Amino acid sequence: MAESISLNLISGRTIQQGVAMEGGKSKQPYTEACGIIEMDPEDLKRLGIYRNTHVRVTSDYGSVVVKAVEATQGPHPGLAFIPMGVWANAVVNPNTYGVGMPTFKGTPIQVSPAANEPVLSSIELVQMLVKE
Amino acid sequence: MAKTVTDVTCPFCGSLCDDIEVQVSDDGTKVLEVFNACAIGAAKFLHTAAKDRVTRPRMRQEDGSYKEVSYDEAIEYTAHMFVNSKKPLMYGWSNTNCEAQSVGHEIAEATGGIVDNTATVCHGPSLIAIQDVGIPSCTLGEIKNRADVVLFWGCNPAHAHPRHLSKYSIFPRGFFTGKGHKGRKMIVVDPRNTDTMKLADVPLQLEQGRDYELLSAFRVAIRGEELPEKVAGIPREKIYEAVEVMKNGRFGVIFFGMGVTQSLGKNHNIDNAIMVTKDMNEYTKFAIIAMRGHYNVTGSGQVMGWQWGFPFATDLSRGFARYNPGETTSNDLLRRREVDAIMVFASDPGSHFPISSVREIAKIPSVAVVPDINPTTEISKLHVPVAVNAIETGGCCYRMDNVPIDARKVVEPPEGMLTDLEFLTRVRDRIAELKAQAPAGVRASAEAVGA
Repeated sequence: MAESISLNLISGRTIQQGVAMEGGKSKQPYTEACGIIEMDPEDLKRLGIYRNTHVRVTSDYGSVVVKAVEATQGPHPGLAFIPMGVWANAVVNPNTYGVGMPTFKGTPIQVSPAANEPVLSSIELVQMLVKE
Repeated sequence: MAKTVTDVTCPFCGSLCDDIEVQVSDDGTKVLEVFNACAIGAAKFLHTAAKDRVTRPRMRQEDGSYKEVSYDEAIEYTAHMFVNSKKPLMYGWSNTNCEAQSVGHEIAEATGGIVDNTATVCHGPSLIAIQDVGIPSCTLGEIKNRADVVLFWGCNPAHAHPRHLSKYSIFPRGFFTGKGHKGRKMIVVDPRNTDTMKLADVPLQLEQGRDYELLSAFRVAIRGEELPEKVAGIPREKIYEAVEVMKNGRFGVIFFGMGVTQSLGKNHNIDNAIMVTKDMNEYTKFAIIAMRGHYNVTGSGQVMGWQWGFPFATDLSRGFARYNPGETTSNDLLRRREVDAIMVFASDPGSHFPISSVREIAKIPSVAVVPDINPTTEISKLHVPVAVNAIETGGCCYRMDNVPIDARKVVEPPEGMLTDLEFLTRVRDRIAELKAQAPAGVRASAEAVGA
C-alpha cells in the first residue's frame, strides 16, 4: 500500500458523460458520470484502496477530488482516465505548444486516497477553482 | 393522439444522423418520445421538455446570485460589451446552424473580434495538418457502400459517435458491401481496450502518446522494410498483420479522433496519418476522415472558410482576417490575457477548457449564449438562454464528412424565447446603431488603431 501513486492521465468522452451532459450539467448524474477516475485494478491494489473510494488527483497544474472506479475499458495499468469535464480540466496540462490545443491526454498525475473529502458538482467546482 | 415527425436530424455528434423520428405533443410544443437515436441524442431531445429549464436571460449580481432580465436588456449589455471592447473573443459556434454563424461573423467584422470554434480543443490540429499535407477523403455514404477495411485510430465511436458503427462504418450492408460487418475488417488503435477495440479484428493497444512512432512504423511496414521488435509497445508481427489487412482491402478508410489530436505531437500525428493514407493509395483505394465531435463544428469551419479563408481561430482585430494557431487560438489568448471580453456561443468552455483558461473567462466581461445552465453560464456575467438548434429551430448543418444537411424544426421553443439567430441579429443591429451614434472623432481614432 502506497501513500500515493504516479499515473499517466488521459481524458475523453464516455457515453455516460454524453447522456448526463445532455440531461443537464447542473444535475447529480453529471457529477456521477464525470467526477470519477477510471483506474486499473492493479493500480487500485498498489494504492491499497477499495473501488468507489474518493481520491485526490494532483498534477503540476492543479488538484481535484474524484471517485476512483475500476476501469471499464481496460486493462490499462499505469494509465488513468477521467471523462472530459471540469474535474479532468482541473488537472490537465494546459500547454498548447504553439498549436492552440491544450495537452488533454498524457498528464503525469499523483493519486492519493481522500476517503473523507467530497466530490464537488461541476458548478461548485468551477466556481471554487476560478476564485483560486 | 401525438404526432410523429420523421427524418429528423440529431444535433449531437458529427455523425449528424438524419433518420430520427420524434413523437411530439398535439400542440407541437413538447417532445414526448424519440426513436432511432442513440442514448445521448435521445437525452438531448428529451431534455428540451425539462420543467426546470431557464427561459429568460440572467445577469449576475454583486453577491454572485443571478437576476432575471429581459432579452432587451441582454441585447443592450452584449452590444455595449462588444463596442467597449478592444479585442473581443467569440468562441463556440459548433452547436448552432450556419446562418447564426454567419451573423456572428458580421459582428466580428464590425467590432474587430476573434472568432474561434470548438475545433480549437477538438480537431484544430487536424485542420492544421490538412493545410500542411492535404487530405484524401470521401463521404460516409462511400464508406457504407464500399469500405471493406476500417481503421479507427485514437477514437472510440462506441461511446462518442454511438451510431457511427451501425449507420456508416462497420455494420451496414451497402451496394458493394452486402455482407455488412462480415465483409469488413476492423483495425482499432488506442491506449485503452475500448468498447470499440473489443469489436476489432486487429486490436492494437499502443502506449499512450506514441502514435507518431506507430504511424511511422506503419509506413515502414507498408514499404516492406524491417521493423524493430516492438514499436509503441506493439510487437512488429501485429503491425505487419494490420498492414497486410489494409493492403488486401479494396477500399480502406482511417477514422481518427482525439487520441491523436490531443496527445503530444498533435498536428504532426495527423500529418503522419494522412501520409499513411497516401502511401496506402499505392496499393489500394484509401481515405481518411476526422471524427468531428459536434454536429455542426464542421459547418463553422466551412462558413469561416468561405468567408475568411481559415477554418478556425480567425483574428479580425487588425481589420483583416489573420490566422495563426498558437497565437489566435482561444486557450492561448485567454492564458496570455490578450482578450478583454468574451462571448461564448453554443458551447461550454467552462467544462471543456483547462481551468487556467476558465479563470480568465471569469475575470473579463462575458456573455454565454447557450440553452441550458452549465459551468460556463455560472461564471459568466450574463447568461442568454436560446432555443435548441435543430430541435426548436432549423438551419444548415455540416456532417463530419463535409456534407451539408438541412436540420428540421421539431417543436416550438418555450414561449417568448429567442433563437440564437434572432439574438445575434438584434445584437448586430444594436452595435450598428451604437457605432453610428459615436462621435466622428472617436470613430476615426478607433478605426486608426484597427478597432
